[in-house]
Formats: sequence, structure tokens, C-alpha cells
Amino acid sequence: MSTADISLPVKFDWSSEAAAARRKRRHFADHRLRWIGITAIMIAIGLLGILLTTLVATGYRAFVQTMVTVPVYVNPEYVDETDPSKGNYRAIVKDTLGNLFPEVTNPRDQRELGQLLTNNTQFMIRDRVVADPSIIGKTVEMTLPVSDPFDQLEKGVLSRESPEDQRKINNAQIGWFDQLAAEGRVSMPLNWGLLFNSDSRFPELAGLAGAIVGSFYALMVCFLISFPCGIAAAVYLEEFAPKNKWTDMIEVNINNLAAVPSIVFGLLGLAVFLNFFGLPRSAPLVGGMVLSLMTLPTIIIVTRASLKAVPPSIREGGLGMGASRHQVILHHVLPLALPGILTGTIIGLAQALGEAAPLLLIGMNAFITSPPGGLLDASTALPTQIFIWADSPERGFVDRTSAAILVLLGFLIIMNGIAIFLRQRLERTW
Amino acid sequence: MNDAATAEKPVSTSTIIIDDPNMNPIRVAAKNTRVFYGQKQALFDVSIDIPERSVTAFIGPSGCGKSTFLRCINRMNDTIDSCRVEGEITLDGRDIYDSSLDVVELRARVGMVFQKPNPFPKSIYENVSYGPKIHGLARGKAEIDAIVESSLRKAGLWEEVKDRLDDPGTGLSGGQQQRLCIARAIAVSPEVILMDEPCSALDPIATAKVEELIDELKENYCIIIVTHSMQQAARVSQRTAFFHLGILVEVGPTEHIFTNPKDQRTHDYITGRFG
Repeated sequence: MSTADISLPVKFDWSSEAAAARRKRRHFADHRLRWIGITAIMIAIGLLGILLTTLVATGYRAFVQTMVTVPVYVNPEYVDETDPSKGNYRAIVKDTLGNLFPEVTNPRDQRELGQLLTNNTQFMIRDRVVADPSIIGKTVEMTLPVSDPFDQLEKGVLSRESPEDQRKINNAQIGWFDQLAAEGRVSMPLNWGLLFNSDSRFPELAGLAGAIVGSFYALMVCFLISFPCGIAAAVYLEEFAPKNKWTDMIEVNINNLAAVPSIVFGLLGLAVFLNFFGLPRSAPLVGGMVLSLMTLPTIIIVTRASLKAVPPSIREGGLGMGASRHQVILHHVLPLALPGILTGTIIGLAQALGEAAPLLLIGMNAFITSPPGGLLDASTALPTQIFIWADSPERGFVDRTSAAILVLLGFLIIMNGIAIFLRQRLERTW
Repeated sequence: MNDAATAEKPVSTSTIIIDDPNMNPIRVAAKNTRVFYGQKQALFDVSIDIPERSVTAFIGPSGCGKSTFLRCINRMNDTIDSCRVEGEITLDGRDIYDSSLDVVELRARVGMVFQKPNPFPKSIYENVSYGPKIHGLARGKAEIDAIVESSLRKAGLWEEVKDRLDDPGTGLSGGQQQRLCIARAIAVSPEVILMDEPCSALDPIATAKVEELIDELKENYCIIIVTHSMQQAARVSQRTAFFHLGILVEVGPTEHIFTNPKDQRTHDYITGRFG
């Protein structure tokens, strides 16, 4: 093509109105594209804001707990000093309340009075006495959680104005509670039980300790399986495997595996790990194995991408001086790829931490009232605990579900923070 | 390049060899080396003798196969799946494609310096000591220290970096990085050093330093350099080989090639008709 063919029409007028209008349209299109992008981001931020606001608005109440401080007389008549674990603590609770409200004599009223305190009060007193038998025969001040309806009353969720027959507690009970409050016995401290108690049927006692420990064990198993396997598989595929239809097929399948719905992995775990290998139900070991099936493809994909990003000149430099392939990989390529691998691994583990569906299928949604002592003990995990609480009818569990979600989000933010920190800290330039 | 067209000209694969009675003993020799990338043939029957303790330059237009041939000499082409090498290349009379020869040993004996300086993202000291360490050439820190110092001295870099051996090699200037790569290559005492356009990423001053270094190194090593700069070939090399379209057209003493080329294509290239 000669230069004459591509030259502009001789009389093109840049300052004509048509040309100006065309330029204006193009600038307008630029603006439009920018504003579409900004709007999309605003929508995303808005939705996130709504989510967090709702969670915090309902969840914050669960981070405090209404407590009442009462003098408990450990009557030696009810407790045998030689074996304090077998005492009649129910009677001690009854006496404690009886001393505070001597005017209540009717047995029915006494039972209703007993509902003020959490159902487990007698066990709390027992534990205190077992830990320190010297208090037998003495009066000690104990701060005890109130039962859920009174907790909700104090937090303002339960309205005093609502008709008596539509609430769980009657006007007399509210009166007793108000009397305790007037005496300065009611307080609302931070609810450490949320983190340090295990699950319970009573919302005022239910906590996440079992779920946190269960999730920790499951993630540990998941990491120990998927991290070495993922790196080894990725190194082989990226550095050694010949490019043929077999490796193409493996690659396609790994990518598909990453997109398989997690509940399918749960079914697989149920069929293979529980039914075929006979591993225990609800165990964090099995949970971790199932989660590692999910994390493994993620880690393989991320590791391969990180290995690909290492410039070929580094490999050539190593090979060119007679380093064997394993030396090139271990001494040069993997250290350079490590920040990316770690970041991807932590993000993969964070996904696994938030995964409920596969754990439901292997029974990690059981009602378990103590943290697992090992990998084979029955346990829940954070997302399944949220699932259980969301299913529970007591009003107190509504708050606790939101609070548990906030705790889970907190762990996810911490993990992602570590990923960002590692990336910035370890990343090297070449 | 059209495969069919070149295949129809079998006569043109022959090489004009200008003998030199003063040539050093031969270190690397190739006989009828052919290289294929998949179906495409990149080199046609290259035969060349490369003497020791001298600099041999490969020149030619882009895509003529000079780098491909260079990478055959230390079998770097092995890393490319589709690449296939036929014919024979010998180092000290031994076939380097023989199955009894370990490629790790070959690459220690035939060092390589690349187009773009590629020091490892480690300290200067670690860059140079890496080769001796992996090949077990030295025992103890004192011996390795001695190798590092002598290699950096030979590469003319010692005075510039002796106070900051623990600084990252990637923090040096481009010319210093390239000399560090040369130091890294000579730290394992190779017999042959291959250089693939070692100065193409460097400024003229750094280029001059590297050329000076090449001139000194030829007293001890067999150096093969691929270059796009004919001036550089004329300045540093004793023998020059001209490649064109995968064919080694002409090889001989540098002054002959540049003053009295026998082949029309060589003549056209060095006078700037193409390339």
C-alpha cells in the first residue's frame, strides 16, 4: 500500500461542528463508562454495609450478658464436705432466692422465682464448691447469668408493655427482677462466655468454644493435607509434566474440581470416609479431610500461577550453570513463588473455614457441649454452629447467631490480613 | 522463512570455511547439526570447529539460528519440549548428546551468560558461591570465599562490590549485573563460556567494560559470543561465523570475514544490505 492510500481526505476540517460533536459524544461515553463503574462499586459497598449493619445491630447484644449478683449460703445440711460434688444444690438455689424474697411462699411463685436465674445455676454453685470446699457453711457473693427472657427484658428486646399472656414471663417475675435491679444486683458485663463456653440449650450459657476448637482442628487437618499435596502436584504439573493430552485432561479436571459445589464433597466424604473407611462421625479429622478436597484444587491452581509468574530467566540462569531441576525448583523457583502460594493457601483456608455444607453432611452439626479433645472427638465448626443456632427457637439465639457470624467474619478478616501481610513482607522484586 | 523454499536449495547448506594455520586446538566441534522446532527446521547441517582460548563470534540477521546453535552447545534446548537436535556436537572429542554424558556435568563445563542479566534474587556472594556449592567444588567457607573473590576479580567486579557482598545482586547496575553473571559462570571453572548477546541490554560504557573482560577471559576460556553488532564481533572475536536462514554460510578469521567475504550473502550482510 502506498502512503497516498492511507492519508486523510485533503479537506478534513477538525474544527467543524460535526467533528466537535463527535468528540463530545466520545467524551460523554468515557464519562458514562466511569459512572457505571462507580455505581457498581457503590452498590457492592452498599450491600456489604447493609449486611454488616444488620449483623451488628442484632449481634451486639450477644456480646454482653445480663448477670445478677446474689449472696449464696452454702448450707452444710445440703452439702457433704467429704464429697461436695453430690450435694443438693437445687435446694441451695431455692434458699438463696428465698432469702432475697422472703414474702414469696407459694410453691408456684417459688418455682416462677427460680426461673429468674439460668437453669444451670445449681451446677455453677457446685463447681465453685468443688473447686474450693472451704466455702461450705459460708455465704459467698456469686454473679450468675439470668435466664434468657430476663436477659432479653434487660436488653429491651422484650417489651414490658406487651400483654402478659404473650410473653414468657409474668408481671410478678418482672417485679422481682426490677427489685433486684433496684438493689443494684443486676449488671451487664462483657459476655466472655460467648467465646469460652461450649454449646448449650440455654442461650445465656451457649458459647463458641467448641466450634472454634473444632474449626481449628479441621483447618489444621485441611492445611496439612492440601498444602503439601497441592504444592507437589503443582510443581510436577508446571515443571516436569510433558505437555500431552493426559496432562491437559488432568488440568481440565483440576479446574473443574475447583468449581464443584461443596455439598458434593460432603456427600463424597460421607460415602468414602465415614461409610467405607469407617472414620468417626462429626470428627474434625473427617471435616478437615473433606475441606481439603475443596482447598486442594485452589492451592494447585494458585501455586501453578505463582510458579508461572517466576521469570524464565531465573530458571535458565540456574539450569545454565548446571543446577539440576530439583535444585532450580527448590533453590530459586519455589522461594520466589512462595508469597503467592502462601497468599493463595490462606485464602483457600479462609474459604474452607466458612464452608458449612460439606460439614453438615458428615455430622458436624451435632449438639455437643464440650470442646473436642482431639481430632477424633465429635465436634461442631463455626459455620455449622451458626447453622444450629439459626435453627434454635429461643429469642437469645437470634442475637447469638449474628454474633457468631461476626466472630467468623473476624477470623476471616484476620486470615486475609495475614495473607496481605505475608504478600507485602515476602514479595521480592527481580 | 518458507520451509519448502529452503528445503529446495540443498546446495546452499554447505559452508565456506576459511582455514587459519594459527588456529588453537579445537575444543567444540559440530558436524551436520540439524535442529527442528516441531516440524519446522531451524538449522541445516551446521558444521563448525571452535578453537580453545579464543573468542568465536556468531553473527547474522534475526532468526538466522545463531542463538539456537549456541544453546545446542550446552543443551539448553533440552528444556524446550518441541525441540529436536540431530547430528553431532563434541566437547573435547566427546559427543555431548551421548546418553552417558550427564547434562548437569555438561552445563558446569559449558557456562552460559544470557542476553538479559539474570542474577538470582539473592546476595552478590550467594550468586557467585551457588555454582561451587551445588557442584561440591569447595569445602568450607574459606575455600568458597576464595572462589568468590577470584571469580569476582576475574570478572572485574571485585573492587566495586567487595564491601557489599551481602547486598542483593539485583540491586547492581545493568552492566555490573552482567559481569556478576559472568563471575557466576566462571566460578565453576568452565571450559567453554557461551554468551548470548551479552551486551544488548547494556549502555556503551558497560558494553566496553564487558568487551574488555571478554578479551581478558579468552586467555583461559573458549568463548562463543552471539552478537547483533558487527562492530562488537570485529572488536572482540578472533573467528566469526555468519549464519543466514538456518545455514552456516561462512566461517573464518574475523578479519577475513569483514574484509574479504567469499559468499555474496556475507558480503551483503556486513555491508548493511539486509539484516
